[in-house]
Amino acid sequence: MKKLLILMLVFVTAQIAFAQRSLPKVDLKTMDNTTTSTAVFKNDGKPIVISFWATWCKPCVKELNTIAEEYEDWVDETGVKIIAISIDDTRNMSKVKPKVNAEMWEYEIYCDPNRDFARAMGVSSVPHTFLLNANKEIVWQHKGYVDGDEIELYEKIEELAH
Amino acid sequence: MIKQPFFLVFIIPFISFGQEQDLGAVHGDFNLNAQTYKEDFRINAAKVDEYFLMNGYSNLRFTKENFTAGLRYESYLNALQDFDSRHNGNGIPYRFAQYTIEGLDVTVGNFYEQFGNGLIFRSYEEKDLGIDNVMDGIRLKYSPVKGLALKGFVGKQRFFFEHGPGIIRGIDLEFNMNNLLFKNWSASIIHGFSFVSRFQEDLNPIYNLPENVGAFAFRTTINKGKFSLNSEVAHKINDPNGGISYNNYAPGSAAMANLTYSQRGLGIIIEAHRVDNFDFRSDRSANGKELTLSFIPTITKQHAYTLAAFYPFATQPMGEFGLQGEVNYTFKKKSTIGGKYGTRIHLNYARVNSLNGGHSVLTTEPLETHTPVLLSVKGEELYFSDFNFGFKKKINRKINIIGNYVDLIYNKDVIQGKNYGKNIRARIAVLDINYKIKPKHSVRTEFQYLSTDKSNEYDVDQGDWAMVMIEYTVSPHWFLTIADQYNFGYTDHEGIQHDPLHYFNVNCGYTKGANRFAIGYGKKREGIFCVGGICKNVPSSNGFTLSITSSF
Repeated sequence: MKKLLILMLVFVTAQIAFAQRSLPKVDLKTMDNTTTSTAVFKNDGKPIVISFWATWCKPCVKELNTIAEEYEDWVDETGVKIIAISIDDTRNMSKVKPKVNAEMWEYEIYCDPNRDFARAMGVSSVPHTFLLNANKEIVWQHKGYVDGDEIELYEKIEELAH
Repeated sequence: MIKQPFFLVFIIPFISFGQEQDLGAVHGDFNLNAQTYKEDFRINAAKVDEYFLMNGYSNLRFTKENFTAGLRYESYLNALQDFDSRHNGNGIPYRFAQYTIEGLDVTVGNFYEQFGNGLIFRSYEEKDLGIDNVMDGIRLKYSPVKGLALKGFVGKQRFFFEHGPGIIRGIDLEFNMNNLLFKNWSASIIHGFSFVSRFQEDLNPIYNLPENVGAFAFRTTINKGKFSLNSEVAHKINDPNGGISYNNYAPGSAAMANLTYSQRGLGIIIEAHRVDNFDFRSDRSANGKELTLSFIPTITKQHAYTLAAFYPFATQPMGEFGLQGEVNYTFKKKSTIGGKYGTRIHLNYARVNSLNGGHSVLTTEPLETHTPVLLSVKGEELYFSDFNFGFKKKINRKINIIGNYVDLIYNKDVIQGKNYGKNIRARIAVLDINYKIKPKHSVRTEFQYLSTDKSNEYDVDQGDWAMVMIEYTVSPHWFLTIADQYNFGYTDHEGIQHDPLHYFNVNCGYTKGANRFAIGYGKKREGIFCVGGICKNVPSSNGFTLSITSSF
């Protein structure tokens, strides 16, 4: 029985392996605790970056701070929009808004307190960054952040924008 | 365990879908953690018969328009030493099918869910801690009009590769008042109400235990201008533990509130919570991390540096009163303190103590309960306090500095069930220096020092620790870290002398896009490792580690 199941999975996977990966539709919270969903993500056909982070995650905050220094130029040159998804649970979720304001981030921010969106995107640890094309299909992703990773990300954004 | 026919029911339709043009898509992820174990008397690392242990899992998820189905295969051969050994063997503990149509969302199989802040119900996973209390059953979500959201479910909870005994039923209603009634208000108001009930047979030969235990909660979020208020109160009927010699029929309650103020460059939060006899599980006699329904957010700061997180606090669901305040501020660029790039600071204080005279389950007589006073701080037994502050500063294009200082008091008797008779007071200093050699090459060093108070008032616990870490990274692929944690030696509370010890570690890794490989070698110290307020005990070990994560 198990073998049959695996065979079926292989069969199904083989048929659809080349399909583009589109954004799953999952409920999220805004920083004001209202319910919304990933369906509201839009950027008029320009690239979108989705970055999963948490208030307690040092490399996440470092990544978002580094990009914040150049974000204005990125937007001017490519029209990119960065959407930062906090996976903080309710221990820290109410700290997200003060944190974002204190850091002066200009990103669009949503909260995913029970990690439904993270699960749907296969995010097992943060930071994890995705790049979406004009059709909101995932074209590139990267796990973790070290200094300079924003350079590769920006190269990928430029490839999409031009 | 998994019922195979159930599977086929939702796998077969895909194949017929497969004939159409839109074939849908399968995606997923893979995670593997493995370690070798070497006996090491010096650090008290025990012999592991298998020498090599491994945890691995993979999620697969199929999506086609409004339909999603997925499963997770998990493998513990055998479980890593820091995981419960009841994680054993292979299985598919997670599989589901879900579709949405015109505002109705139907899930059959496994689902994760949270009502409000989670006080009466949160089903979630925290893989690093070995927590996965996913539900198995049926869940419906429906939004008949904008601003009104209904959720309901019936299910059983995962218990390793099996289920807990309780049948859990829950409903949740959420009203966005601005959408429903007051469209032009300057404030936004959201109310929520939830109810969760557990059915579990009473097999106790002596006591008459409630077979249906209900809990309900009411929550409100108000946002106006720069202020936000978020609050929730919850009540649970009596839920005795079911022991033969001791039972208690006290009801339980929990309440929490936080108020934040924020504007560009400034964020302030103050919060409080009170918990009394509020350990709600899908098995009345479960304990530890298993089968939890209630999730009471811990009201202390979650520290990110190793030694600052050495003494972590976790909510005491039997009873506690906690307060926390935090300020985050950025000194503007080109100001005196801000310098060229601005300076960020934070200041945080948290304090948790027992309830007045003890929580509601403090009597040895059945049917008798003690009712603690509503709010009390002064003179109560301290569980935990933490005063900490820190700064972040960019010195120039190459150098970034972070500094943190923590002064905490930790009640080991309450938090870890020890019998020290005294609290531990620890002061921790952290300095983190990041030096960018080239745009893609960086060296980061961490210096951390932890000192426990040696005065008579406190227990020295394990004395002082120092830690040095050097990390070299080359974007976007490589990292190498070398770290040493050093214990200066100490005399424990039983008068036993412990020699100084090094815990040396090397780790390196390679990341390419969505694949990440890391190998390491070294000693891990025994300790408590926490994420999001839930903790696990990690035994000391010595060996090689391998970690692979991938997503597609």
